Amino acid sequence: MSTLTRATPAAARTEPAPRREWRPPSYWPFVVPALIVVLAVIIFPWLFTIWMSLNEWKVGSPTTFVGLANYLRLPNDPRFIEAVEHTLVYTALSVLLPLVFGTFAAVVFHAKFPWRGFLRAIFIMPMMATPVAIALVWTMMFHPQLGVLNYLLSLVGLPPQLWVFHPATVIPSLVLVETWQWTPLVMLIVLGGIAAIPIEPYESAQIDGAGMWQMFRYITLPLITPFLFIAAMIRGIDAVKSFDVIFAITQGGPGSASETINLYLYSVAFIYYDLGYGSAIAVMFFVLIIALAAVLLYLRQRTLWTEIGLGA
Amino acid sequence: MSVRHVLGKLGLALAVFVIVSPAILFFLWMASLSVKFEVDNAAYPPIFIPTHFAWKNYADVLASNRFLTYFVNSLLVTGTATFLAMLVGVPAGYGIARMAAHKSAVVILIARITPGLSYLIPLFLLFQWLGLLGTLVPQIIIHLVVTVPIVIWIMIGYFETTPLELEEAALIDGATRWQVFRHVALPIARPGLAVAFILAVIFSWNNFVFGIVLAGRETRTLPVAVYNMISFDQLSWGPLAAAALIVTFPVLLLTVFAQRQIVAGLTAGAVKGG
Repeated sequence: MSTLTRATPAAARTEPAPRREWRPPSYWPFVVPALIVVLAVIIFPWLFTIWMSLNEWKVGSPTTFVGLANYLRLPNDPRFIEAVEHTLVYTALSVLLPLVFGTFAAVVFHAKFPWRGFLRAIFIMPMMATPVAIALVWTMMFHPQLGVLNYLLSLVGLPPQLWVFHPATVIPSLVLVETWQWTPLVMLIVLGGIAAIPIEPYESAQIDGAGMWQMFRYITLPLITPFLFIAAMIRGIDAVKSFDVIFAITQGGPGSASETINLYLYSVAFIYYDLGYGSAIAVMFFVLIIALAAVLLYLRQRTLWTEIGLGA
Repeated sequence: MSVRHVLGKLGLALAVFVIVSPAILFFLWMASLSVKFEVDNAAYPPIFIPTHFAWKNYADVLASNRFLTYFVNSLLVTGTATFLAMLVGVPAGYGIARMAAHKSAVVILIARITPGLSYLIPLFLLFQWLGLLGTLVPQIIIHLVVTVPIVIWIMIGYFETTPLELEEAALIDGATRWQVFRHVALPIARPGLAVAFILAVIFSWNNFVFGIVLAGRETRTLPVAVYNMISFDQLSWGPLAAAALIVTFPVLLLTVFAQRQIVAGLTAGAVKGG
C-alpha cells in the first residue's frame, strides 16, 4: 500500500540510475546487518509459526506432529467463528467511519485558517498517544453511572447507555474509540491527495456557478479516490489487528461479545498456552489480512482513476 | 458578497471546531480527571474544574508502584531498540535505495501487515529456551520488529529522493562507498533521520502487546504498568488518569513540536508498529 505512495517521486526522477561501469555495485554490506536482524526477528518467527501450527504444542508437554489437525479444529470452534464475525463487523465500521470523517477533516484542513499547524497537531494527537493510556480514560468515560458520556447524552435528552458494559453496544462503543483515534491518519492521507489537485477545475466550476457540494462531489471526490483506497487499505489492515484498545477496555467482554480474532489468539496462546493451535490461528489470521488487502487492491484497480498519480 | 464571505468564514470556523473538539475535549477531560479528588471524580453532574486540585495524584504515582523502575525500563527498551534500528536500518535503507532493490521492501511490508501477536508465540518460546525471560533483553529484541521496518522504510524513501550527482563525484574522486555514505549521503538525509527516529521512538514507547506477554514484575514498561494499575486500584480514578497522562505526555509533547516530521513520515510510509 505504501509502495503506491512511494511510486510518485521515484517515477518523477528524471534520469534512470546512471551507469557506473568503473565499479560493480557493492551496496550489499550496507544491507547485511539489517538482513540478519530481519531474518532473526521477522522471517524466523514466521517459519517457526508455520511449523508450530502443524504440531500439538502445549507449554510443559512434549510436542507431536499432527499435520493439519489444528487447522481442521478452526471451522468447528464456535468461539473462533464468533471472533471472525466480530472482527469483520468491527473492521468494516472502523474503516468506513474514519474514512467519512477523515475526508471531511481533510477538506477542512485544506482551507487556510489561523493556527492551522497547531490545530493539526492537536488533531493528530489521538493516533500518536499511547493506546493503553487513552483506553484507560475512555473506560472511565464509558462508565454507566460516573462516566461523562452519559452526562453528555443527558444534556441532549438521550437516555443513558451501558456502552462497553452491554453485549449489544460494546462493539459500536469500541468502534467509537477506534474512529476517534484513527480518523487523523485518513485525514493526512486524503489531505495529501487534495493538495495535489490543481486549482483550475475549481476556478472553471466556480465560473459555471457550481456550489461547494457540487465541487466536492464532481471534482475533489473523483480525484482523491486513489487516496481513499490507500487509506481504506491501511485502515483495514490496522483495524483487523486492533488489540491494545480492545484488550485494555473490555478484554473481549462482556462474555465474549467483543472478542476479535486477535484477542482470541492471545487467549489461546498465552492464557491456555495452546501454542500449536494459537499458531494455526495466527496463520489463518495472516491469510485473512492478505485477502482483505487483495480485495481492496482489486477494487482499486477496477476504478477508472488509476491513471491519477499512483500507478499500482 | 461580503455577507457571503463572513458566512463562509463562520462556516469554516464551525467546521474546524467540530473536527478538533473531540481531541481537545478528550485530553482536557483526561487532565481534569487526573487533578481531581475521588469526591469530585464521582460527582454528578461531572465537575470539569475542581475547587481543590489533587496534585497529590501525581505525587502518589511518581512515588509509588516502582514507577521509576518502569520508567527506566521504558527508556531502556525504547532507547536501545531505536538505537539498534537506526544502526542497522539507516545503512540498509541506503543500500536498498541505491540498489533499487524494491522487491526487498516487500519483506518490510509483510512486517507491517503481520499482527504483533504472531511474532510473540515463537519468540516467547525462543526466549524461554534461552532463559532470558526475567530480563529486558526479550522486549528490546522484539521491539526491533516495530522499529527496524519503520526506519528502513522511511530511509528508503529519503535516500531515493537525495541527488546522486554528489555521490557520483565523490566516487570518481576515489572515495569508498562507505565514505560516500558517511560524508555525503548521511548529512543530506538528516531530516529523514529525524523522521525515522521520532516515529520509531513513539511506536516503541506506545507498544503494549509485547510487554504484557514478555514482561515480568520487574521488567514492565510504562504502558504495561499502567494497565496493571487498573486491576489493583480500580476505583481511584485520579491517580489512574494521572499515570495515564504521565505515560503519554512525552509523546503528546513530541507530537506538537515534531508535528512536521511526524506528518511527513506517516504520509510517506504510513507505517505503524505492532
